[in-house]
Amino acid sequence: MKIVVLVKHVPDATADRTFSDADHTTDRIGVDGLLSELDEYAVEEALTIAEAGDSEVVVLTMGPEQAADALRKGLQMGASSAVHVLDDSLHGSDAVATSLVLEKAIRKVGDVDLILTGMASTDGGMSVVPAMLGERLGLPHVGFVGELTVADGTVTGRRDGDAASETIEAGLPAVVSVTDQINEPRYPSFKGIMAAKKKPFETWSLADLDIDPGQVGLGAAWSVVEAVTKRPPRSAGEVVADEGDGGVKLAEFLAAQKFV
Amino acid sequence: MAEILVLVDHVDETIRKTTTELLTLARRAGEPAAVFIGSGYESVKDTLAQFGAAKVYVADAPELSEYLVAPKAEVLAQIAAAASPAAVLITSSPDGKETAARLAVKLGSGIITDATDVAADLTTTQSVFAGGYTVTAKVTHGAPVITVKPNAVNPEPAPSTPAEEKVEVVLSDAARTAKIVDRQPRAATGRPELAEAAVVVSGGRGTGGDFGPVEALADALGAAVGASRAAVDSGWYPHAYQVGQTGTTVSPQLYIAAGISGAIQHRAGMQTSKTVVVVNKDAEAPIFAMADFGVVGDLHAVLPQATEEIVRRQG
Repeated sequence: MKIVVLVKHVPDATADRTFSDADHTTDRIGVDGLLSELDEYAVEEALTIAEAGDSEVVVLTMGPEQAADALRKGLQMGASSAVHVLDDSLHGSDAVATSLVLEKAIRKVGDVDLILTGMASTDGGMSVVPAMLGERLGLPHVGFVGELTVADGTVTGRRDGDAASETIEAGLPAVVSVTDQINEPRYPSFKGIMAAKKKPFETWSLADLDIDPGQVGLGAAWSVVEAVTKRPPRSAGEVVADEGDGGVKLAEFLAAQKFV
Repeated sequence: MAEILVLVDHVDETIRKTTTELLTLARRAGEPAAVFIGSGYESVKDTLAQFGAAKVYVADAPELSEYLVAPKAEVLAQIAAAASPAAVLITSSPDGKETAARLAVKLGSGIITDATDVAADLTTTQSVFAGGYTVTAKVTHGAPVITVKPNAVNPEPAPSTPAEEKVEVVLSDAARTAKIVDRQPRAATGRPELAEAAVVVSGGRGTGGDFGPVEALADALGAAVGASRAAVDSGWYPHAYQVGQTGTTVSPQLYIAAGISGAIQHRAGMQTSKTVVVVNKDAEAPIFAMADFGVVGDLHAVLPQATEEIVRRQG
């Protein structure tokens, strides 16, 4: 079986993330980036499935030069090979264009049985690209899966919504996005880190994917950011120490704010 | 006036409050046309009329409940192709986002997710990077597909008599590929839905596994109960109640965090709350920085005392 895991290189969420003044795109230079935490669960799931049988795991990303680090982490965890779609024209692409590029890349990888993704990127946080890929590739999409089984050409996934827990079945090939409930991602071993250096790593441009630059990037985006305003950090209000009356003071605050 | 399609968010014969919010927003921008997909229209039609739906498209077929999400997107696309709406508004839930994603590709439309406000000219407002920035944006191609976070607006009643249009459901094979083979509804707790609640009381590591004080305070306030990722990972409360980036994002009028330190992934899940109250033994807990009011103390003492005082005041 061939599994493709889509990963994203994102600015560190614990750092001061910001936007470029020039074009309101996410600043991917000023802040250190890393493999999006939620994608680690997808990589781990792919590796677990691959280890059970005889499968290969390809990690794939679309991003600027430093996005290669996200792929390297995937290889270090144990993925078989990596593909980096890298092209200056991609800067500022919206989700729609991103899904177009990833669709073409997946088709170029070829003979893909399963596409795994995280439930959202930790920067944009839209959670739409996996479903868009399902739409473009004409494949089933099972999203927000907390438990997954792959057997006999079928994926079975459990989704825990707020109203109900559902079990979904779909035939392969399929797109599945997984939550952070699904597993515990492994740390790369020293052996894994060394082995990663020799694994196949391909870099593809838009020309390699037969995509016209006019279809992607900031200029082609179907939505535009009009303004970005830094919110003043919430200033701390009154903080009291509990001296046997903390609860009463809390209730008094709520009453003053008309919550009681 | 152009139609604004509003996908009705309903489950188990109940309409979600978010739908009334979407109708209120839709009224700013055009003529709200609710789209009801699935069974149970009779039980929600009055609410749609009460909140200003000028039109309701009703699409029911047994297959709709058998397959995951894709059929909804297909039916919506069918309706949009005929109605040429000025925009489509959908709730920002996992199903909602998938529906919106597929619809955007089908219609060739731009998409904006997690809007906290939608203006009359369809400019959206979003809160991003764990509340660090407010962004205004607009779709520039096709009929905007916009997902809206719960509690974006106070629903405004506007009684109307909607024209009902029955839609024939014709599903492609591609829409019938993810089959729902089992469904276990959650037991009703009698408390409000977490994503929509006006008041949320959340417990974290500091509860030590005992959510009794949290639940009692929530019940005194008519609130929903939330849990931090630490509490959920420790098995103290189900994941469905997790507040945070990988759980539910909430935007209530009042958020009370008890025994929660305030890691960034938790803050990302509640940073648009109007008023934040914090109770924590640790005066250095990062979450105090965003508290409108805080008590440094043991929640096992503070919460019950607060609950008692609240109940006393309520007489």
